[in-house]
Amino acid sequence: MNDIPLGHILALSTALFFIGMYGLFTRRNMITILMSVELILNSVNINFVAFNKYLYPDKLGGVFFSVFIITIAAAEAAVAIAIIINLYRSHQSIDVEDAGEMKF
Amino acid sequence: MSASAIVFYILGAFILGTGLLAVTTRKIFRSAVWLLFSLIGIAGFYFWLQMEFIAAVQIIVYVGGIVVLIIFSIFLTQQSGKEMPKPPLARTVLSIVAACFGFALTYYLISQYSFTAPLNPAMDASISNIGTQMLDATTEGYVLPLEVVSVLLLAAMIGCIVIAMKVKTQDK
Repeated sequence: MNDIPLGHILALSTALFFIGMYGLFTRRNMITILMSVELILNSVNINFVAFNKYLYPDKLGGVFFSVFIITIAAAEAAVAIAIIINLYRSHQSIDVEDAGEMKF
Repeated sequence: MSASAIVFYILGAFILGTGLLAVTTRKIFRSAVWLLFSLIGIAGFYFWLQMEFIAAVQIIVYVGGIVVLIIFSIFLTQQSGKEMPKPPLARTVLSIVAACFGFALTYYLISQYSFTAPLNPAMDASISNIGTQMLDATTEGYVLPLEVVSVLLLAAMIGCIVIAMKVKTQDK
């Protein structure tokens, strides 16, 4: 593990983050947008765990942050899917362009 | 190049490749399956970092929970075989430019910063150690965030039920 510099792991997580950003920009379907958000949250988790392992091996802060981020991501996904299903019932579509009632 | 480095680069290519396929494929069900593979790759990466607890949590919560939830909602809301419409060309090009620019800027900043190696001896990141510290009520412990996050989970659960509940019609 120690023959890989930290910069390479950060490059991996940065690339994953911007792949998620690309999905967030191009997709118009709510479920795929949710998937992109999951990718972004995972890239942040990689960062926390790698920093904990490489720079602060005497502490466990990164592990706890990752666990809490995973928990909050699970809660967020559940609420988002409840909203998406409710929206599908009222609009028969989960495209973000079709839900424009509250748009100014 | 050692075997560990080769494993890292294979894992990295796997994560990025499947992640890229997850955001670019036009069939939504395939997108969910590619996301599943990407998340499994990230769990493998945690195993590579010797963080077994996080890897187990990743597999249980993401692979076993969130992806299954996403697949269920795909089946509930649309035909999974149908292709999604292609995004307009201008949006695709601008998104690629934005993502590449952001990646280049961030990677430049990372490569400029020199990380100092740690001096303290490594702590054992075993599951018993993590559990002890998580339920510790002293200044090093994480019992307050644990309680807060459990209340958040309860609130999210109740919120989901309330949001997704079908309103019964009165005239029956």
